[in-house]
Amino acid sequence: MLWPLFFLVTAIHAELCQPADAENAFKVRLSIKTALGDKAYAWDTNEEYLFKAMVAFSMRKVPNRETTEISHVLLCNVTQRVSFWFVVTDPSKKYTLPAMEVQSAIRMSRNRINNAFFLNDQTLEFLKIPSTLAPPSDPAVPIWIIVFGVIFCIVIVAITVLILSGIRQHRRNNDGPSEVEDAEDKCETTITVENGIPCDPLDTKDGCLNDAFVTEGERLTPL
Amino acid sequence: FSLCLVGTGGMACTMGPEPFAEDSSDERPKWDNKFQYLLSCIGFAVGLGNIWRFPYLCQTYGGGAFLIPYFIALVFEGIPLFHIEIAIGQRLRRGSVGVWKAISPYLGGVGLGCFTVSFLVSLYYNTILVWVLWYFLNSFQDPLPWSTCPLDLNRTGFVEECQSSSAVSYFWYRQTLNTTADINDSGFVQWRLLLCLAACWVIVYLCVIRGIESTGKVVYFTALFPYLVLTVFLIRGSTLPGATEGLIYLFTPNIRVLQNPRVWLDAATQIFFSLSLAFGGHIAFASYNPPRNDCEKDAVTIALVNSMTSLYASIAVFSVVGFKATNDYGHCQDRNILSLINTFDLPDQSVSRDDYPALLAHLNATQPARVAQLHLRSCRLEDFLDKSASGTGLAFIVFTEAIIHMPGAPVWAVLFFGMLFSLGLSTMLGIMEGIITPLLDLGVVPRSVPKEALTGVACLVCFFSALCFSLQSGNYWLEIFDNYAASLNLIIFAFFEVIGVVYVYGMKRFCDDVEWMTGRRPGLYWQVTWKLIGPLMLLFIFVAYIVILAQKPPSYRAWNPQYEHFPSHQEKLYPGWVQATCMLLSFLPSLWVPAVALAQLLTRRRRQKQQGVRPQL
Repeated sequence: MLWPLFFLVTAIHAELCQPADAENAFKVRLSIKTALGDKAYAWDTNEEYLFKAMVAFSMRKVPNRETTEISHVLLCNVTQRVSFWFVVTDPSKKYTLPAMEVQSAIRMSRNRINNAFFLNDQTLEFLKIPSTLAPPSDPAVPIWIIVFGVIFCIVIVAITVLILSGIRQHRRNNDGPSEVEDAEDKCETTITVENGIPCDPLDTKDGCLNDAFVTEGERLTPL
Repeated sequence: FSLCLVGTGGMACTMGPEPFAEDSSDERPKWDNKFQYLLSCIGFAVGLGNIWRFPYLCQTYGGGAFLIPYFIALVFEGIPLFHIEIAIGQRLRRGSVGVWKAISPYLGGVGLGCFTVSFLVSLYYNTILVWVLWYFLNSFQDPLPWSTCPLDLNRTGFVEECQSSSAVSYFWYRQTLNTTADINDSGFVQWRLLLCLAACWVIVYLCVIRGIESTGKVVYFTALFPYLVLTVFLIRGSTLPGATEGLIYLFTPNIRVLQNPRVWLDAATQIFFSLSLAFGGHIAFASYNPPRNDCEKDAVTIALVNSMTSLYASIAVFSVVGFKATNDYGHCQDRNILSLINTFDLPDQSVSRDDYPALLAHLNATQPARVAQLHLRSCRLEDFLDKSASGTGLAFIVFTEAIIHMPGAPVWAVLFFGMLFSLGLSTMLGIMEGIITPLLDLGVVPRSVPKEALTGVACLVCFFSALCFSLQSGNYWLEIFDNYAASLNLIIFAFFEVIGVVYVYGMKRFCDDVEWMTGRRPGLYWQVTWKLIGPLMLLFIFVAYIVILAQKPPSYRAWNPQYEHFPSHQEKLYPGWVQATCMLLSFLPSLWVPAVALAQLLTRRRRQKQQGVRPQL
C-alpha cells in the first residue's frame, strides 16, 4: 500500500530536482581537498544531511519561511567532483521556492554555511549565487601618506639645517678679517703658464713654495 | 694670452690655457677624493636603462649574441666618446657651456644645447622617479595594494576594468596614473602624483644644494645601494623555481639575429644613452677634478663598470622574470585542469599537472564536442617567457606581479623600488649638474647670491615645468619626451663634440693635453676612434634614426577600457599639434648650434667694421 506512495514521492522528488532544467535549482560545487588538504573529510550522506540542515536553517531566517524543514530541501545528482543540485520546496512539496528567495537566504547565511564545512567562498561554490566579498581593511589614514610624511619631514629638516649652516658660514666669512684674504691672493692655487708649459698648482697653505727647490724637473721657477 | 686671429676673421679663435687664469678669482670646488668622483660618474651612467632596457634588448636580439654588437659598440664608440668628454672637462675646468665657448666661440651652441636637453630630460626623468616613489610608499603594507582588485559598488565582484585586465595593470593605469584614453584629453592633475613630485624635487634639491659638496656625499649611498640590492635579488632569484629557465632563455645565443641591421643600431644607441653622453654632466663632474688626473683610466673603468652592471642586472632581472613565467605557466595549466574537472565531474585534485596531457587526449577522443566547448588555452612556457617588457612595463607590471608571488612580498617590493629610486636619483644628480654647473660658470647670477639659492631656484623651475606630467595624460607625454627630446639631439651634440675637439681644438693639442694630464700620449686606438670611427658611427646612428622615425607615422598605445580588444593597448596616431610638438622637441635644442654660430659671425663682422673705422692701435 505504501509502495505506490513511495514511488509517487520519489517521482515528484525527481521532477522537482532536475539538474539544469529546474529553474529554481542551484548547483553547488565543493572542493574539499583543495581547502583542507590532508585533513579533508569524505563526502557522504551525513554531510549531505548537514548541508540540507544548513540550507533549511538559512531559509528559516527569511520572513514567511520560518517553517522550512530539512525534508523540504532536496539534493540530487551528486557527483564525485563533489557537486550536486538542490531545490527548496514549499511545505506542500508541490512546487519549488522561487530562486530569488533562496538566493537571498543563502547570501545572508553564507558565512555560517561555509564555517559548518570548514570551507570558504571559493571552495564551496553556489554557482548562480554571487558572494558578497569582504571589504578590504582600509586603515583610517592610508599607509603611503604616513611614510610620505615621515620622508618629507626628514628631508625638509635636513634642507633647513644645511641652509642655516650655510648662512652662518657666509656670515662668519664676511665678518672675518679680509686682510687674510688679500695675503692669500698672492699665493693662490693659480695654474700659471710659463713658456707655454703649465705649472702645477702649488699648495700655498704654508706659504709660497720656491719652485727652484722643487726636485721635479718639469717645474719652472716663476719669474 | 689668447691667439684670437680677429684680423683674418677665421674660426680659429683658439683660447690657450687662459681658462686657468680665470680660476684665480674663484677657487673651483673639488671632490673630496677620487672615489667620490668615480662613484658620481658611475651613478650617473648607471641608471634605470641598465635595469629595464638592456635585459629586454638582450632577450629580443638573440640573447648572448647581442653581447657581440654591444661590446663592439662599447669599444669603438662608447669609451672613446666618453674619454673625450671627461678629458675636455678636466682640462678646461668648465661646465659644458664654458668648455665649448672656450674651444671656439662658434661652438658655444653645443653647450647651450646640452644644457637645454639636460633641462628637458630632468623634467621627465624625475617624473619616472615620482612613479617609483609612489610604488615605494605603497610597498609598506601587506598584502600589497596591487595584488588584489578593488571591489565594485555592490561588493559582489571586482571592478570591471580590473577584472578584464589584471590587478597589477589596474593599479598602474588607474590607481597610479589614472590615465585617460586619449592624449588630447588631458584630465586633471593627480594630487597623489603632485605630492610625490614635490617630494622628489625636494629630495633632489637636498642632494644638489651645495653642488658637488652635497652630491659627493649622497653618491656613497645612491651609487652603492643598487649593487647591494641587485646581489640580494640575484641570490633570492636563483633560489626561486623557474629562474634557470628564464636565464637559459635569456642567454641562449642566436647568432643569425646579427644579420638584422636593427640589432647593431640598437646596440650602438644603447651604449650611447647608457653612458649618458652629451648631457654635459660628465664634463661638469670632470671639471671638478684636479688637472693631473688619469682620465683615460677613469673613462675605461667607468664604461666597463656600466656594462658589467647591465649584465649583472639582467641576470637578476631574468631570474625573477623566469620565476614569474613559470608561475604563470603553472596557473595556466591549473586553470585548464580545473575546467576539465568541473565539466566532467572528476574528483577534486585528482589530476596532477603531469597527468593532464594524457587526460586531455583521452577526453578529446571520447567526448570532443564538450572539450571544444571549453575553449581551453594551450599553455606553453615559451609564450610566458616571451612576454617580456622593457621600460615602465617591466618595472611596474611584470616585476610587481612577480614580487606578489614571492614569500615576504613587501620586503622585496621595498628593496626593488628603493633600488630603482636610488638608481634614478644618482642619474638625476648628474643631469642636474649638467644644468647647474653651466649656470654657475656663465655667471648668470651675481657672486653674492649663495649657491643654495641658485640650486633652489633651478629645482623650483623644474618642478613647475614638470607639472604637466602629473596630468592624467602625463604618461603619453612622457613617452613623447623620452622618444623625441633626448635621442636625436644628443646624437647631434655628441657629433659636434667629437668634431669640435678633434678638428677645431686640434687633435695634436688635445693629445698634448691628455699626455700632460695622464702622463701617456693617446695611442693609435684612441686617435683612430676619435678621428674616424666615432664620428662615422654617430652619423650612421643619426641617419638610421631619422629613417626609422620617418618610416611610419608616430603613434602611441593608449589604455582604453572601452576598446573592443581591451586589455590590449589601442594603437592611436598622434594628432597634428602633438606631431608638431614632437618635431619641435627633436630639433629645437639643436638649433642653438647654428644660432650661436650665426650670432658670433654677425658680432665679429660688426666688430671688424668698427675696428676698420677706428684707427689701428
